[in-house]
Amino acid sequence: MTLPPLPNTPIARTQFTAVASSPAATLIGTAPAEARTMLRVRGFSSWYGSFQALKSLDLEIPAQHVTAFIGPSGCGKSTFLRWINRMNDSIPSARAEGTLELNGKDVLSKTVDVVELRRNVGMVFQKPNPFPKSIYDNVAFGPRLHSHYRRAELDELVEQSLRQAAIWNEVKDRLHASALSLSGGQQQRLCIARAIAVGPDVLLMDEPCSALDPKSTLAIEELIATLADRYTIMIVTHNMQQAARVSDQTAFFFEGRLIEVGETEALFTKPKNKQTEDYVTGRFG
Amino acid sequence: MTSLPSSSIRDLRQLGRPKSVALRKLRERVIVGTLALAATFTILVTTTIIVVLARETIGFFEFPDVSLGEFFGSTQWNPLLGSEKHFGVWPLIAGTLLVTVIAASFALPVGLISAVYLSEYASPRVRAAIKPALEILAGIPTVVYGFFALTLITPLLQKISPAFGSYNAMSAGLATGIMILPIVCSLSEDALRAVPRSLRDGAFALGGTRFDVSVKVVVPAALSGIVAAFLLAITRAIGETMIVALAAGGIAQITANPAEQVQTMTAYMVQIFLGDAPATGVEYKSSYAVAAMLFVMTFGLTMVGQWVLHRFREEYD
Repeated sequence: MTLPPLPNTPIARTQFTAVASSPAATLIGTAPAEARTMLRVRGFSSWYGSFQALKSLDLEIPAQHVTAFIGPSGCGKSTFLRWINRMNDSIPSARAEGTLELNGKDVLSKTVDVVELRRNVGMVFQKPNPFPKSIYDNVAFGPRLHSHYRRAELDELVEQSLRQAAIWNEVKDRLHASALSLSGGQQQRLCIARAIAVGPDVLLMDEPCSALDPKSTLAIEELIATLADRYTIMIVTHNMQQAARVSDQTAFFFEGRLIEVGETEALFTKPKNKQTEDYVTGRFG
Repeated sequence: MTSLPSSSIRDLRQLGRPKSVALRKLRERVIVGTLALAATFTILVTTTIIVVLARETIGFFEFPDVSLGEFFGSTQWNPLLGSEKHFGVWPLIAGTLLVTVIAASFALPVGLISAVYLSEYASPRVRAAIKPALEILAGIPTVVYGFFALTLITPLLQKISPAFGSYNAMSAGLATGIMILPIVCSLSEDALRAVPRSLRDGAFALGGTRFDVSVKVVVPAALSGIVAAFLLAITRAIGETMIVALAAGGIAQITANPAEQVQTMTAYMVQIFLGDAPATGVEYKSSYAVAAMLFVMTFGLTMVGQWVLHRFREEYD
């Protein structure tokens, strides 16, 4: 399966482009700039025991774009996401075959340093999961794992991460309060700040808004749009409107197969595949 | 369609013979009464123990040669021997604390480390082998531990250093430590396993190693439960009787030397009740005062444990 060329900023995301870089908005409908491939997937399959969860996927994820994975429950989209930072390592029965290359390096190789991989690939989970520590210590957790910092350096890193996650103004006066005192939406943005603080190139988001109210969801979606300039974002979502709002490219999974992938706008308005059409028009799923 | 399903269900319902309403109400009342009686009995027993303890303790302080000032002010406990009796409780408290400190220094770290291993590292198979072993340890009668201290730990200690006597605080403390080890390990493990998986996932996803995740996230998140487990185990060590009665010796003295013999509060009570002190005598009554002291200490620790558990518990929904 080959990908259609991607425009730098799709129509779907223009509602947020006030914060995105301005020249990008003019590129709509014009020849797209060549996007570097961040993740290359070839013939990728995975199993839980004897159950095959993913069946021979071929996919390319462009750098500094948002790719949404959609599909009904159990279609394998979360499983796929969790292979990219090897979170499935903790499941003894999980195994995979095929090619999964991040920045040209094989993710599945036995010699891959998982710690190094995860420094480069941040993850945000379905339910906000801040540690029962202070807001500051949550953000500083990752950096402290990997490097030694002077106090001032760490302060700066925490502030920049919180600013990028668009939560700095809400928490700057109570950095040492418990992270659990924040609202659900704030906790999720804190978790994004925590993931950013390690300095990843890729952010994986596993239904990051499914536990949040509509207002907090909007805040996260706006945040994703601003982050797309710096990070390669892959987001699993059950919400097709959300996929349409935040992503440049959408991949539709069904029963472990990648049915269709393409520019979000095109996939939702002119799906090539019948199953995709049924799903995005709400006929099933 | 011949009939609506709802009407047919209604018809079927009519077939049953109704149960007696009066019987149902009576049964409920009997059950509530039985439950209330059982609960009251518990409270009654506790109250009775406290009242008896208080009355006998007051009785002790009414003896002419005893005073509260001496009880808490004197550093000599000499109720049986010699012409001049002394009732200063500190040597007994010191003996109890020495044994407890030895037991805790062994059991708390070892218990917590085992709990972290079981909860965060061990495969289900290994856990299935170790858990029953711990439960067996918890089921051994303490007199066996006392015997074990005398016949195994003490000779071993004497091989290391001749300073250890046949009775010493170290041997009793270590045996008590082994006895409370399953409590520390089992309750700490419960606390660790109660930490939501999502927190571990979050820490792993940031590039944490298993050790990072265990020590920097899981243990701190479970701290209130771990501290409560520690306090409960220490309470058990303070109240432990049989091991110290057998292995710690019988000299009430204030010492920090684990090679020497000490007498704990509980061991003193055993000595009095098993000995030939007359039931009306001051020596006999003194054991009630010691028991009251012990009760206050363990009750205080239990309260602190409850407070820690509630004050510092993180709520995860």
